[in-house]
Amino acid sequence: MSTSNTDTAKKHGTGFDFFDFMYKYGTLILIVLLVIFFAVMNQNFLQTSNLINILRSISIVTIIGVGITLSLSVDGFDLSVGSVASLANAVVISMFVWYQQPTFIAIGAGLMAALAVGALNAFMIVKVRIPDLLMTLATMFIIQGVALTYTRGATISENMIMSDGTYAEGQISPFFEKLGQIPWIIIIMFVAVIVVHIFLTYTKHGRYMYVIGGNKEAARLSGIPVNKYKVLAYLLSAIFAAIGGMVLASRVMTAEINAGGPYLMDAVAAAFIGFAVLGAGKPNAIGTFVGAVLIGILANGLVMMSVPYYAMDIVKGTVLALALALTYYKLK
Amino acid sequence: MGKTVLEMREISIEFPGVKALDQVDFTTETGSSHALIGANGAGKSTLMKVLCGAYNHYTGEILIDGQKVNIRSPKDAQELGIQIVYQEVDTALIPYLSVAENIMLNETVSDLGKKQFVNWNHIYDEAEKVLKSINVHVPPKKLVSELTLSEKQMVLIARAISRDCKYLILDEPTAPLSIHETEELFRIVRDLRSRNVGIIFISHRLTELFEICDEITVMRNGQFVSKENIPDTTINSVIEQMLGQKLDEQFPPNTSQIGEVLLETHKLNDNGKIDEVSMKVHTGEIVGIAGLVGAGKTEFCKALFGVSPKVTGDITIKGKKVRNRTPHAAVKNGFALVPEERRKEGVLVHETVVTNFSAASLNNFLKVFSFLDFRKESDKAKEMIKSLGVKTPSEQTIVENLSGGNQQKIAIGKWLVADADVYIFDEPTKGVDVGAKKDIFTLITALAERGKSVIYASSELSEIMGISDRIYVMYDGRIVKEVMKKNTDEEKLLLYSTGGN
Repeated sequence: MSTSNTDTAKKHGTGFDFFDFMYKYGTLILIVLLVIFFAVMNQNFLQTSNLINILRSISIVTIIGVGITLSLSVDGFDLSVGSVASLANAVVISMFVWYQQPTFIAIGAGLMAALAVGALNAFMIVKVRIPDLLMTLATMFIIQGVALTYTRGATISENMIMSDGTYAEGQISPFFEKLGQIPWIIIIMFVAVIVVHIFLTYTKHGRYMYVIGGNKEAARLSGIPVNKYKVLAYLLSAIFAAIGGMVLASRVMTAEINAGGPYLMDAVAAAFIGFAVLGAGKPNAIGTFVGAVLIGILANGLVMMSVPYYAMDIVKGTVLALALALTYYKLK
Repeated sequence: MGKTVLEMREISIEFPGVKALDQVDFTTETGSSHALIGANGAGKSTLMKVLCGAYNHYTGEILIDGQKVNIRSPKDAQELGIQIVYQEVDTALIPYLSVAENIMLNETVSDLGKKQFVNWNHIYDEAEKVLKSINVHVPPKKLVSELTLSEKQMVLIARAISRDCKYLILDEPTAPLSIHETEELFRIVRDLRSRNVGIIFISHRLTELFEICDEITVMRNGQFVSKENIPDTTINSVIEQMLGQKLDEQFPPNTSQIGEVLLETHKLNDNGKIDEVSMKVHTGEIVGIAGLVGAGKTEFCKALFGVSPKVTGDITIKGKKVRNRTPHAAVKNGFALVPEERRKEGVLVHETVVTNFSAASLNNFLKVFSFLDFRKESDKAKEMIKSLGVKTPSEQTIVENLSGGNQQKIAIGKWLVADADVYIFDEPTKGVDVGAKKDIFTLITALAERGKSVIYASSELSEIMGISDRIYVMYDGRIVKEVMKKNTDEEKLLLYSTGGN
């Protein structure tokens, strides 16, 4: 819904408004400029294999990011998604390796674990009324610890040595192995983006969530069950984090310590960059995808230019700050 | 100590689109208490804010003992010994600091100078001295967040007199207080008066003003009306001056048929905010809830609509008991509320006109699997825009960009789309221009003619008189009077609303 253009037009009079133009198209223009820049600097950048590589590298960020988008849409914030991804990662791998379970049980267990966290978040936020940011910060630590405790602080992998000295006998199923490989990992990402986009834009539930995010009190006084939708938002956010964590599990085929943690900041950045894409002015799935693409291109291009990986966070943080500047300067 | 005279001469101030004060004169002196009264929007609070230096763009002059003084900032006013206790006590206090720190706040902020350390003993001693001087027993080390409302008020009064205080302005201090707390406040007021402080007392409660004040100044529509000594005047003559000439509001003729009882409440309580409210509304009837600001009208409307979680008592619809635990449940039971705080509660300011119209009844605009039917939604919005006469460039316009009157039409229109049985209006004409007001009255009358039950809560008594069939008057959270419109008039309503009989 392109709705915010009328009011800026009024504020600044008619004619071309550079700032408004940048707000709407800035992210896209930046992506194009970056692509041109990296292509000039390194011929390999535009090769199909590298482009696919970028898409693959952003898929987990995007999947977790659309979950954050859902929590942002009700004016909430879910910081626990990184830990939930770690937890789902650990649970699903352990189901295969330790307990030799079939695929659907392993995946089901990962989802159930995530739903439990989502339910805890929702209960504490909606009923106990702890502010979103603070509660999910607490859950972030709790679940990080739970995941570590569950794996006994070790990496789970096929044929690992168990505490009794034997080797783990379970194998990760070939089907699950495929999820983290091209093309499936990219397909899962696109499905997640499209489903969330349709849900938020074309269904009653999405409309309610945006309305709640815009003005909780007015929404409540319109008879919208605000709490129900907040609960839903946190459950969905946890589910997408779990999907992200399991795709990660399939990609690396192990459960490393706190594997999902690093995805939190990238996913948050993607979702916030997404606010401004095409002037939406609110959290949206397509925008989150574009935000993830921007971050992915930057990371990929800079690595090709031999910028060391440890300097990458400086660049990502700067991009996030710029995106936030655009969004909040506009909101003023 | 001699008396000091404060004079405000020909004060005028304008805000975008409104002339809030028009050549107002006001005179008072220390050692007396002076009542300032007027209907809503008469300019009392604005005048006092000018005196306290809250605005710097007024014209006119302020004199103390015939000497011209320049008050353009709160600091100017405080240095001249003019202190105010605002109605919203919480905005002036810092909840997680102690009573003493709050009382001594100004001193800590402005008088510490180059000192970098806080002398705690000094703060506690001084605060205790001030509290003792007005005989208030609040422990100085207690946190302000743990105080009751009246104690907070005392703390603010203590803060005001902790510095040089010649004039103390109390803006509607008694509105949230119980009778006992009010008496305690009056004791302090009398005490301060005897210590040569000039009290300026803004209140709507006439009986109180006649009890505590020596002089009274009446304002109306931003203008000075009269200044008299309390013993020389009566409540009725003050009421006449407050109302002035009757405004000729254009109320549409109401031809609705009043039927059976639809809604009945029995002893509705809400945690002390409303007290045993029992009332009933028939189909096709418009029931006015009159009362001053803070009388509990809004709280009653919200209690009916399930906004407050602590409501006790019974609500019945057509003789069947219903429970409105949440607004969601209330809507399902056929209730609709157009709340007082339009921009905060009534409309979704950042959303489009379409989204606003369908927000309360989105289930009627769905295709399979909860997918939205955008076409149907926008057709309905266009229809409503036309029938309500909403002035908007298109149905996709963001509501924030519309005028107050048009926003209110949308807040009402939302419930017309939803089709409820009981319509509750809380101050629906607040901040609405004359033309839109008339449209809103027509809309409400049309609802009654369609057999709906309407509750119309307002502190604008002329509106209550114009539109209602029957009127309940609220005072201090209770219904104190029930009258038919034909048996009463505005003056009587004002008398009941101010606690008279």
